[in-house]
Amino acid sequence: MSKNLAFEEPVVQLREKIDELKTIATEADVDMTSEIEKLETRLSQLEQSIYANMKPWDRVQVARHPERPTTLQYIEAMCENFIELHGDRTFGDDAAILGGIALFEEQPVTIVGHQRGKSTKENIRRNFGMPHPEGYRKALRLMKQAEKFKRPIICFIDTKGAYPGKAAEERGPSEAIARTLSEMAILTVPVISIVIGEGGSGGAIALGVANRVFMLENSTYSVISPEGAASILWRDGSLGKQAAEAMRITAPDLKELDVIDGIIPEITGGAHRNVAKQASYIKECISVTLKALNSLNGEQLIEDRYEKFRKIGQYTEV
Amino acid sequence: MAIRSLFSKKKEDGQEKGFPEGLITKCPECRHIQLTKELEKNHKVCTKCDHHFKMTAQERVTYFLDEGSFVSMDDHLQTSNPLNFPDYVEKISVAKQQTGLSEAVLTGLGTLDGEEIVVAIMDSHFRMGSMGSVVGEKITRAVEKAIELRVPVIIFSASGGARMQEGILSLMQMVKTSVELKRHSEEGLLFISIMTHPTYGGVSASFASVGDINIAEPQALIGFAGRRVIEQTLREKLPNDFQKSEFLLAHGQLDAIFHRKDLRNQVAMLVKMHTKGGVQHV
Repeated sequence: MSKNLAFEEPVVQLREKIDELKTIATEADVDMTSEIEKLETRLSQLEQSIYANMKPWDRVQVARHPERPTTLQYIEAMCENFIELHGDRTFGDDAAILGGIALFEEQPVTIVGHQRGKSTKENIRRNFGMPHPEGYRKALRLMKQAEKFKRPIICFIDTKGAYPGKAAEERGPSEAIARTLSEMAILTVPVISIVIGEGGSGGAIALGVANRVFMLENSTYSVISPEGAASILWRDGSLGKQAAEAMRITAPDLKELDVIDGIIPEITGGAHRNVAKQASYIKECISVTLKALNSLNGEQLIEDRYEKFRKIGQYTEV
Repeated sequence: MAIRSLFSKKKEDGQEKGFPEGLITKCPECRHIQLTKELEKNHKVCTKCDHHFKMTAQERVTYFLDEGSFVSMDDHLQTSNPLNFPDYVEKISVAKQQTGLSEAVLTGLGTLDGEEIVVAIMDSHFRMGSMGSVVGEKITRAVEKAIELRVPVIIFSASGGARMQEGILSLMQMVKTSVELKRHSEEGLLFISIMTHPTYGGVSASFASVGDINIAEPQALIGFAGRRVIEQTLREKLPNDFQKSEFLLAHGQLDAIFHRKDLRNQVAMLVKMHTKGGVQHV
């Protein structure tokens, strides 16, 4: 593994030691099987304890891992015949949001998701997965198209947020996001949203007005990035770690707050360690959820989505 | 928060020596010194340069609705501390004392030139008008009331965006309010959004932008991301008019800008044009 994270250090070191020992054992032709076995047991225990006790900030690091699988990787692993469709028909095609039609277990579905790049060059083209207004307008266009042809919609959320730029502001990011929110509310087809990486702010929630919302175990979903929160609250962007803890942005936190419907387990160490296996977990979740939602008609789907969001919020009545 | 502190500082400057506190006010734009009484008579618009001062929710009620018609709703909803965020409870209680409001929005029923309407009026003096659970819930309930009574909704926005201390719950209020307004819209009812200085972030990217008619006050700053954030991202200075209502109008994002001296009458006229009903085609 090339890019290890700080909290994983003990695991990495132990694994390196074992590899070393194995090399020595073969080269010197001595039997160290029992030692190696002992160490491997310790390694799996250590992995268990480290990955089972991840702090919010650790999860932020995993969610931001440069090799974390993207929307497109999951689509390719889960679906057949994905055909990408481009453009908002008004201004342009935003590569930070990707959409199209695919066959999911032989059923046509529309898939829309934020798309990060895998390399610097691709990241520049895709603006690091931070959409401009035309990205949301494309997303909504494809959702409306899905509705016309009665296709379920699957959204992947994976963005630091909508892009804060001059050109973006000139084209109305607020309106683009707000319209997506209110139009998604009245879609007559099933909508499932899954947070696969970072779900940051209004830019994330614009793909989140779904009948069911899931998060990958190590993804985050928040009103603002931890660094952004720290800079607003304490005027110090370097306090991201503290903000990550105070803001409650992890999948278990959101489940507890009743904001999401479920958590999709991750491969030990993070989704990037086995994309195909991770995709199969996601596929299973979508498959079960779609079957459940397919029994609802259009009106019931709208009502179901409405009820879900209507009750979110905590306050007292005196 | 930055805008607020900037503003209050200038207001303090306005208290010139030798005058009882509050008797005169200096305009933060043109530095013109005027009697506070004159300023208030002019709906808090500078008598010299037309700068629109911020208004409290209570001042908006007085200015906008028919006298004595306003009935406040849902003041019994109180902010809790769902994330156990440090210092949050204290900050809310200070804001309550400073403003006399229970939260950053005042909602209720009233009449505008005789027409029954539901209003929600945000107040940026309360924690920068930020939206948490109570603000979202109050606006949603107000819209529900409007659906029940089949009357128009008018919302005055003034907000820095979503409230940090309630985290994801604040973000979800964007959905809750927008979805409720969509229901109102599907009933064929009118929603006029009036954006005042400042309207940003989670408020501008939700209910404030989905009006049948979107209006702003002159020179109001309205946007998604704050100017400072954009300047840091781009590392370049932005033009002076950036994100001002005139800039938004020029970029096709607003229906109209109304000067405060005309706002009430123009909105009342729009409401009448909608409640009268369309042509009945046979």
